[in-house]
Amino acid sequence: MSIDTRALLYLVAAVAFILGLKRLGSPRTARSGNTIAAGGMLLAVIVTLVDAEVSWAVLGSGLAVGAVLGAVAALRVKMTSMPQLVAAFNGFGGIASALVAGAEFVKADGLELPTETIFTIILSVLIGAITFTGSFVAYAKLQGLIGGSPISYPGQKLFNGLLAVGIIAAAVIAQTTQDPLAFWLIGAVALVLGVLAVIPIGGADMPVVIALLNSLSGLAAAATGFVISNSALIIGGALVGASGLILTKLMTEAMNRTLSNVLFSGFGATPASSSATTGGDVTTTTPEDLAIALAYASQVVVVPGYGLAVAQAQHAVREVASLLEARGVKVAYGIHPVAGRMPGHMNVLLAEADVPYDQLLDLDQTNNLLPRTDVVLVVGANDVVNPSARDDEGSPIYGMPILEVDQAATVIVVKRSLSPGFAGIDNPLFYRDGTRMLFADAKQALTALGSALEDV
Amino acid sequence: MPDVLSPVVIGVIVFVLAAFVGLELISKVPPTLHTPLMSGSNAISGITLVGAIIATGAGSGTLGSVLAFVAVVTATINVVGGFLVTDRMLGMFRKPKRTEDTK
Repeated sequence: MSIDTRALLYLVAAVAFILGLKRLGSPRTARSGNTIAAGGMLLAVIVTLVDAEVSWAVLGSGLAVGAVLGAVAALRVKMTSMPQLVAAFNGFGGIASALVAGAEFVKADGLELPTETIFTIILSVLIGAITFTGSFVAYAKLQGLIGGSPISYPGQKLFNGLLAVGIIAAAVIAQTTQDPLAFWLIGAVALVLGVLAVIPIGGADMPVVIALLNSLSGLAAAATGFVISNSALIIGGALVGASGLILTKLMTEAMNRTLSNVLFSGFGATPASSSATTGGDVTTTTPEDLAIALAYASQVVVVPGYGLAVAQAQHAVREVASLLEARGVKVAYGIHPVAGRMPGHMNVLLAEADVPYDQLLDLDQTNNLLPRTDVVLVVGANDVVNPSARDDEGSPIYGMPILEVDQAATVIVVKRSLSPGFAGIDNPLFYRDGTRMLFADAKQALTALGSALEDV
Repeated sequence: MPDVLSPVVIGVIVFVLAAFVGLELISKVPPTLHTPLMSGSNAISGITLVGAIIATGAGSGTLGSVLAFVAVVTATINVVGGFLVTDRMLGMFRKPKRTEDTK
């Protein structure tokens, strides 16, 4: 196969990626989009294999091991664990890119490489290695292998800064002398830096971190594309880099934070100092009263938080919604961008529980519907419905976009206790007239509500 | 010898244009699909598998072969796992049904 034919076929693969991503823009076409992108990948692999002088033993065994491990992980993972899995896959993609660049350097075996090749090898190793260890720290935090709370120590920023300076110094040496030791040093320090960059970030900020690592895994692939002059890698890597960047931006906006604030401030490392507890009396309710309120409503909005997923109550909430729909009540789900542990996570959890996707509303759609809503059922959510974010300039979460559930006629909050959410601040919503609290485990409460509804 | 663009400059042009295509495409994806989008785009970043395959080629020596082998394994995990799990998730997104839900 001529080099031109090969390049054109790689372009076809890249176009398949673009079309696939385009089709991921609508739930109707998304599945076929994923298949098209996978087809592009298969084409790229076949094109590479034709006339390739490869070691079939190394390649065949590597492909087999990777395919089995990947397939088992993909088919077994629980939907609640999706953020961990995506973090792990990000990490594997990153290290693969770094290793390809490393192998390219080893292959040169002392022969002088062009300046730009050395430079892109350094970039690829650096980004890939940081992505690898950073992703696995994120994995460990999400999986609960290490605590989710930010880990910080004195001089942390200074130390990370020194490591970064060390990498730059090693990069300069590697660039000018092509000294192998400098390359290994860059790789090693980058691995350490990936760990140190993610450990000070709290569990609640993981959606941002995963999106950012997603972007980095793409950039690592693009850098490797420069090393081996392959346009498929450059295009594919650029697409993923852009995708991760947009999701990172959306997540930080949903938290009303900046990226540097997420990465460097260790939010939650110090307990929130705002001691302005609203206090006051709360009105409690029972599943039976709640059933009556819901059964005679015409529009109900369910606001699920991560507590719903923790309690494995997605199916219970769906059953309550079915009972209500059977009575002619309209039900929709209001989903805050950071309701889950990664962008769009809550939507997947509800889709798994057979909630049709046209009932899954985003922030703006929900806020438009809420003034016309009779009953809002808040399950396991807290900070994302806290009116302080809108009203209290002194609040640490002031300015964060919220679901304005207090616009609805009645708000019912299912929650285990009055304990504060991730931000560690009190929620005046609970003490408001028109809010009723049902203190219970989400799953038990919803199951009780379901049987109460059948008796109404 | 006529003036020709260096491969790196061509690469930079391709990269920048592709990045803008990516930004345009992704900003149109609704929040409902953000998780499958991430796992799917993650699988696309496994395109580095192409580089890993090339790296297993002749003349890489023992160290090079080890690096290439690990690269093939990790990139394949990324590709196969990424596309499969995305397909699994998207299979759960149920079409809105207008028919009566009989139970």
